[in-house]
This record gives sequence, structure tokens and C-alpha cells, in this order.
Amino acid sequence: MNRSLRTRRQLSSLVMMTLSVGATLFGLGFLAMILGTLIFEGLAGLKLSIFTQMTPPPGSKGGLLNAIAGSLVMTTGGVVIGAPIGMLAGIYMAEYGHGTRFTIIVRFINDILLSAPSIIIGLFVYEIYVAEVHHFSGVAGIIALAIMVVPVVVRTTEDMLLLVPGTLKEAAAAMGLPRSIFIRRIAMRAARAGLVTGVLLAVARVSGETAPLLFTALSNQFWSWNINSPIANLPMVIFNFALSPYKDWQQLAWTGALLITCAVLALSITARVLSAQGNRK
Amino acid sequence: MTAEPALVQKVTIRDLKFFYGDSLALKSINLPLYERKVTAFIGPSGCGKSTLLRVLNRMYDLYPRQRAEGEVLLDGDDILAPTTDINLLRSRIGMVFQKPTPFPMSIYDNIAFGIKLYERLSKAELDNRVEGALRSAALWDEVKDKLKSSGLSLSGGQQQRLCIARTVAIQPEVILLDEPASALDPISTAKIEELIDELSSRYTIAVVTHNMQQAARVSDYTAFMYLGSLIEFGETPKIFTAPQQKQTQDYITGRFG
Repeated sequence: MNRSLRTRRQLSSLVMMTLSVGATLFGLGFLAMILGTLIFEGLAGLKLSIFTQMTPPPGSKGGLLNAIAGSLVMTTGGVVIGAPIGMLAGIYMAEYGHGTRFTIIVRFINDILLSAPSIIIGLFVYEIYVAEVHHFSGVAGIIALAIMVVPVVVRTTEDMLLLVPGTLKEAAAAMGLPRSIFIRRIAMRAARAGLVTGVLLAVARVSGETAPLLFTALSNQFWSWNINSPIANLPMVIFNFALSPYKDWQQLAWTGALLITCAVLALSITARVLSAQGNRK
Repeated sequence: MTAEPALVQKVTIRDLKFFYGDSLALKSINLPLYERKVTAFIGPSGCGKSTLLRVLNRMYDLYPRQRAEGEVLLDGDDILAPTTDINLLRSRIGMVFQKPTPFPMSIYDNIAFGIKLYERLSKAELDNRVEGALRSAALWDEVKDKLKSSGLSLSGGQQQRLCIARTVAIQPEVILLDEPASALDPISTAKIEELIDELSSRYTIAVVTHNMQQAARVSDYTAFMYLGSLIEFGETPKIFTAPQQKQTQDYITGRFG
């Protein structure tokens, strides 16, 4: 190869490599700053009382217990309702309606729903439910979160079931297995890690959402298990407290944000580990 | 054909045509499968031998654009008839594939699963049937101490014998083998071939193979196919030593294919 060509290639490689590394550092730098600030500010307020006391009025001591409990209730409710709907739809699309025009349309709409701004979903539930019953409630929050869970689970369920080898389907059919038994006993089992991952990702996605709860669950200063009334939740408490002028409220908001981040991180890592295990089999 | 007196046609294929969409893949095949004999389908890639095998248990039903015309009689009944109960048919005609396909469950459950689909048995009876199936696939001694471990933990050759055991367990009458040893090493291949030999005392077997030595070793009858047509069918020794057709002669001597 001629020398000047070689030098030119090395030079362009150097330039491109510098740009790539620079871009990576730029992105990672901001992530590190965000996480650093969050951990620094959040840890300062992390103490046992966070998990044992209710959100306080300004100026007095308190914790986030009602918000944590409310978030758990609504996230659980949203997943319990949304995940089965999403799975059934995903199973239909992968196994029964594969390749049909109907499935293609459903997948397209599902993808739109998947990337729809979450505040739209909040407004939608406000219109169809909150405005009808004339009060904010945990139920409305659960409906909004469930609507957000569905598209995530639909997508992962369909994708994971399509990854089940066709040879396995033929082998099952060759034994005279009815389709329903193949799906329940073999395909779902072969895709189990992926299906669980999908649900965990859905949980991670909805557990930090504020916008859909703004118009639905609202929030509550007090302890409440009554899902038919406004119910406290971490994202809304963080939103309200962070905007307040009170130092102790702002501190609680930081700590709440740290809790959500850690929970989402834990879920994502679990999902990764599970899908890695699933792939190795 | 020098037929023994007791030779029974278990399966009779009459004027069978097969279509992938609009393209004709099998051109009027006529062929018997004799009871408790091994019939090998040989021929170059794309000749339709796997397609023919997949007609016999109506595997093509899984795919909307594939269809068959003609007659395939199993004990005199046409399995291509729309009234055929396909799941029942597949319990009578089992199939083993090129790639081992154990189900994602324990070795024991891989076998028991199929049995439980068709029969209600006590735990002891089921244990017996599982052991019997694993024995007839020459796998029992290797797995008897780890029946609870995953079927996927076995080696490729063992997985393939597990699939044969799974097929045998539901007591079919005919077993179809689609290149059952092509993904295996020579030792595993030898085991599968021995197994085919043993199974032929109880089952009617059809085997697709690319390996002519294998066809010569394991089969009683051989069908040579080329471009969707059956060129020649006869007793295996005759096909390999004194073929009637020039194309057969050319193929088995390696002049094309």
C-alpha cells in the first residue's frame, strides 16, 4: 500500500476515534453529574424515618412512607392489570395472527402507544374516568399505569415468542400437540426469561412516571390504602416537594428521587441478568 | 419386486402431488411403505425427499401456502382427506427432525409429556413407560440418574435419542426420520443407526438421508428421487448394486448430486 494513503487513513481513523470517544464522554459525563448530584443530595436525607413516617407539613419532621406505599400499590395494580392484557395480545400476535394484516396494524398502533408521551395517557384517563366520577383516585392512577404497561409487554411478549425456534413448534406439532398446549407448556417456558424481563422493564418504566399520575391519582399528604381516593406516590411527592420553597421538603424530594432511581436500577439489572441467563440456555 | 408373503403395505402413496404456493415440488409420486421395514428416501438436495416425508404426517398443514393432492393411505384410510383428525394422525405417525429439539423441561418430562397427552396413567405406569421409551432409544443407562435435569443439558447425540424416545413413547405405528443423524458425530450416528435397526422390528420407518452409505446400511427399501419425481424404488441391495435407471446409477456412484 502506498505510504501517503496509509498515513491519510491513519489520520482519519485518529480523528474519527477522537470524535467518538469525545461523544461518549460527553454523554457519560452528564449521566455521572446527574447521578452524582442525586446520590450526594439524596443520601444526605436518607435515614430510617424515611421508611417509617408520613410526608410532613412544611417545617416538621417526616418521611415518605405513604408515598412509597402508594407507589407500590399503584405500580403493582398497573402491572397486575396491564401485564396479562399485554401478554395475551402478544401471544395472539406471535402465534395465531402472525403475518396477518390485523397483527401488522395492531403492532403499528402498539408502537405508537409505546412512544406516546405519558402525559397524554394521564389526560386520557382524566377524560374517561376522573371527569366522569368527579374525583382523583388511586384507581385512576392504576388505570393510567396499566395503559402504559400494556404496550411494553405486548412488544416483548411478541418478540420473545417469535424467537422460540420454529423447529420446536414443528416438533411439538409432530407429536400431535394442540396449539394451545404448545403455547402454554412449551413456548412460554422456552421464552420465560424474556417474558419476565418484559414485565420487569414495564415496572421500571412506570414506577418513575409522574405525568400520568398528575391527572389521575394526584397525591395525598396522609396515609391511605383507599384506592378510590387520591393516593400518595413518590413521583408526585417529588414533583410537589421539589418545587416548594421549604428546605426539608426539598431534601425529601432528593431522597425520594434516589429511592426511585435505585429501584429502577435494581429492576433493570435483574432484567438484564434474567435475559442473559435465558439466552445462554 | 420379490415380495415376501407377509409383506403388508402400511402406507400407500398414490399419485401424490405437492405444491409450495404455485410451484410443483412433487410430481405424481407412487410409493409403498411396507410394515416393519425401513424405507430410505435418497436424492440430491431439493429433490423433494423431505417434502414427501412431511406430507406423511401432514406437517405442511402448519404453513398456509402449502398443499398436497392425491392419496396417502394409512391402513387403507386417506390421511389427506379433510376429515382426518390431524393430532390423532400425528400420534400414529411420529417424526424426528434433523436438529434435536428437546422441550425446555426435564428429561423425564420430555417423555412423559407426550404420553400424558393421550393416556391417563398412574405414576408407576408412567415411570415404566418413560423407562421403556428411554431403553428403546438406548439412552436409559446414560440418563437414569439424572431424569430430573433439563433435556437441554444433554449432548447433541443424546438429545436426538431423547427425541426418538419421546416419539416412541406415544406408541406410534410409523416413525418418520428426517436426516436424523446429519447433525451428529460419527459415534452418535452409529448409535442412531443401530437404533433404527432395532426399532424396525416394531415400527414402520421412513428415513430421509443425504448419506448413501447410511441408506445402504439401515434400510430394507430405497426410493431414489430427483427433481420432485420418484426415479426408482426397490430393495436396497438391488438399488445399490443393480439400479435399473441411469440416473440412479449416476447418483449412487457419485457422478452427480
